[in-house]
Amino acid sequence: MIENRPWLTFVGHATLWLGVALVALPVWMALVASTHPASAFGVGHIPLWFGDAGVETWKSVLLEEAGNGIESSVTFMMLNSLVMALGITFGKIAISLLSAYAIVFFRFPFRNFCFWIIFMTLMLPVEVRIVPTYEVVANLGLLNSFTGLTLPLIASATATFLFRQCFLSIPSELVEAARIDGAGPFRFFFDILLPLTRTNIAALFVILFIYGWNQYLWPLIITTDNAYYTLVMSIKRMLSVTDGDIEWNRIMATTLLAMLPPVAVVIGMQKLFVKGLVDAEK
Amino acid sequence: MTVTFPQKGLPWLLLLPQLLVTAVFFLWPAEQALEQAFYQEDAFGLSREFVGLDNFLDLFTDPLYYQSMLTTLVFSFSVAIFGMSIALLLAVMADRVIRGKLTYQTLLIWPYAVAPALAGVLWWILFDPSMGPIALWLESMGLDWDHYLNGGQAMILVVIAATWKQISYNFLFFLAGLQAVPRSLIEAAAIDGAGPFKRFWTIVFPLLSPTTFFLLVINLVYAFFDTFGVIDATTKGGPGQSTNILVYKVFEDGFVGLDLGSSAAQSVVLMAIVGVMTVIQFRFIERKVQYS
Amino acid sequence: MQNLKIASMVVGMSLASSGFAATEVEWWHAMGGANGEKINEIAKGFNDSQDAYVVKPVFKGNYTETMTSAIAAFRAKQQPAIVQVFEVGTASMMAAKGAIYPVHQLMRESGQPFDESAYLSAVTGYYTSSEGKMLSMPFNSSTPVLYYNKDLFEKAGITQAPKTWQEVETTAKKLQSSGVSCGFTTAWQSWVQLENMSARHNVPFATLDNGFGGLKTELAFNGDLQVAHVKKMGEWQQNGIFSYSGRTNDGAAKFYSQECAMFTESSAGYAGIKRNATFDFGVTELPYWEGKVKQPSNTIIGGASLWVLQGHSKEEYKGVASFLTYLSRASVQADWHQFSGYLPITTAAYDLTKGQGFYAANPGTETAVVQMTTGTPTANTKGLRLGNFVQIRGVIDEALESVWSGDVDAQTALNTAVKRGNALLRKFEKAND
Repeated sequence: MIENRPWLTFVGHATLWLGVALVALPVWMALVASTHPASAFGVGHIPLWFGDAGVETWKSVLLEEAGNGIESSVTFMMLNSLVMALGITFGKIAISLLSAYAIVFFRFPFRNFCFWIIFMTLMLPVEVRIVPTYEVVANLGLLNSFTGLTLPLIASATATFLFRQCFLSIPSELVEAARIDGAGPFRFFFDILLPLTRTNIAALFVILFIYGWNQYLWPLIITTDNAYYTLVMSIKRMLSVTDGDIEWNRIMATTLLAMLPPVAVVIGMQKLFVKGLVDAEK
Repeated sequence: MTVTFPQKGLPWLLLLPQLLVTAVFFLWPAEQALEQAFYQEDAFGLSREFVGLDNFLDLFTDPLYYQSMLTTLVFSFSVAIFGMSIALLLAVMADRVIRGKLTYQTLLIWPYAVAPALAGVLWWILFDPSMGPIALWLESMGLDWDHYLNGGQAMILVVIAATWKQISYNFLFFLAGLQAVPRSLIEAAAIDGAGPFKRFWTIVFPLLSPTTFFLLVINLVYAFFDTFGVIDATTKGGPGQSTNILVYKVFEDGFVGLDLGSSAAQSVVLMAIVGVMTVIQFRFIERKVQYS
Repeated sequence: MQNLKIASMVVGMSLASSGFAATEVEWWHAMGGANGEKINEIAKGFNDSQDAYVVKPVFKGNYTETMTSAIAAFRAKQQPAIVQVFEVGTASMMAAKGAIYPVHQLMRESGQPFDESAYLSAVTGYYTSSEGKMLSMPFNSSTPVLYYNKDLFEKAGITQAPKTWQEVETTAKKLQSSGVSCGFTTAWQSWVQLENMSARHNVPFATLDNGFGGLKTELAFNGDLQVAHVKKMGEWQQNGIFSYSGRTNDGAAKFYSQECAMFTESSAGYAGIKRNATFDFGVTELPYWEGKVKQPSNTIIGGASLWVLQGHSKEEYKGVASFLTYLSRASVQADWHQFSGYLPITTAAYDLTKGQGFYAANPGTETAVVQMTTGTPTANTKGLRLGNFVQIRGVIDEALESVWSGDVDAQTALNTAVKRGNALLRKFEKAND
């Protein structure tokens, strides 16, 4: 048994608490800031303790409008963000499952080439190819639509790669047995592959949901209709006030609300999240 | 070798959605960027002129481009080293404590879920020279904080914001790595009289090196490509050029400066970098899979 | 019977709405916050005033984002009919002949009565062609003025607002000895401390009449006057007379918190200052260097104008024209001017505001108008027409920042900025020739 040193245990807890506190610092500040009236920020510094205007601001942001030029309420934009995040998540999972299935369980010409093409998309973010992508989406008539918000972001290869790894690790005896039982490609996919990769799918869901929810530049550029404004992009817009005051209390409340769903997913599905991270980067 | 199905048409059908999406939203724009890189065009796209390699020549004779590369390297390595050190420290502590491990984990990992742009905004305000609590505190300690003017401080700020988001990730991997270190090895060393620090540096840390190397790669990739939001929501590359990293510069020159030719040329260079990194990562991952 | 009546009403109503389906006109703008709400109000006022057209305002982020989004949209043939473009985007818009629909032409072709002399020439000058025709419709124009904290002035025993930069220096020193930590800060440094600084002293910012004379223009802001001013400000930054606070108007916070006693900022900052200042403040004209100019010239404007983009139907353009006419109404203009602090764009709006007693009730609000309209604009004070100006401003910001931080001396910094800026001008010339 390793020796027990109380002071080391104490140092351990103290360090961890310090880490937790530092990590939480910005959220604490945002929370405090959101409880003060907008006028509190004009005069100089962010208050260090809670004010009494919190309920009013939060209610107004949630139900009426986010403010600073954004007319939609946070609740409404949350729904948009949710649609976009889920669209991206399910889209990615669906097309990736299919393509990984094709690459692992079939032999056909240019198989490796296809895989490489898909793999190349892994790292170049949409920000870097924003102008041509915008033109393509506009040419297809997809501005101001959920299709336009989601489809271009589905083009990424993380999920394909993950499922490929996952399928490769399935014992070939199992596949052989299924073949002997006379299972065709469809039955094999639905009866054997899907159940076997269920947890991988769930884990990936967490990661992709966060990715989808946090998109902001793309929605910022392709939407001009309130009906499609998402939460994270709206915060960026709320920050660009020309010749006027920024209502920090509203921005802070909106920011916290925008963080809430993905953070809740991470904490609520912690096990799957950890698995998702480990899988996605293995 | 995996058993395969004999169908010839089906795999193409299965691949179709992914190939279609990739072709339309990745290859097509990428091809347009490639083409654009050889033209000089006015912002509205009313006239364009073929200029050959001029855009690339301009780029590679522009000291600001090299400066941006350097900035990117400084930024990326700072984020990687800073983030990994803190995460390692926390992971070692979390591995040591017996009670509350899961609680600590929960309280440390959530920033992963926060959008980079929002992380940027929050830290930007904490450090705001005239209203941020941290800046005011630093000032009371005698340190004049002004990220509007001081390039070094602006860099520190974006590094902090980018690191904050990444600590959770590093923490989880280090913790998993630590938990995989065989207990027997540590106990044996303890019996030999090695103290906790010596044990860490002589046994645990070397055993963590694959994790460390892997995290270094991932962190660099993260800092290279996924920190756009942090920069855009805070410094926008300034003051001066002090935080203008490559990914931001492509966007800024193209979408703000409307210099589409140069921006496209930069995209092409970035794509080449991505290609090389993909190959490296792919090799690395393949090997890892073989060994495991 | 009753049912039939309802049915016929429903049919009638649906016919009515399809028969008079209003033409929608999209208007992209960059005004968030309170001004954005005012814009919605203006659009609503227009929409309620007639039923042929509906103007739909869309907030597209800050000026840069709004302009570049509109350009990207134009490339993809999805452009709005009206877009608000800041003054530095003027040359880029003008050069895009196939993309813009000049306002004077639009008004004529749509049969709207349009009298260009009704507008303040100091404002429209920035947006007219070389033949003196209005290309875009000025909407929100402002000009820099000096705000000062009367309470702090009183405490330091200062009775006069500074008129010259020499006085700014002595005033700041007095303020400092009374315990104020910073003399003044500035918003929009390139606009206030270089562009307007040059105009105020009737010194060119760029050759060929500040770019009005053609695309071959070259930057000239590394002249003696500008270098001396920037050098002085660099020194002031070191001893606290000046305190830098960012490229935009973040400096307002330092003025609100009474850290800085003076603030050179756009006249449009008035509303915000009035709302946030917990002290008595005054507004005075932008200072000038005594001895460098006999009579300071008018300053130039900032802000934005509305550009009409090509590619829409005749019907939509009729809507645009009638909206622009509505916008120019004295009552609408006066209301916007009084609400936002932007300059009135027509003489009628100015007179109306004066007649309503607004300036008397809100001391300081007239300063900008007076400063703008004294004297006749010269080639150096009419405005600036430079391609790639957005980036050039960025270059200037970098140069100024390097001086404030003490890394580079003023002459070298401005020389570098001129050199880099000229490269951008040549690039623009090449792309648009």
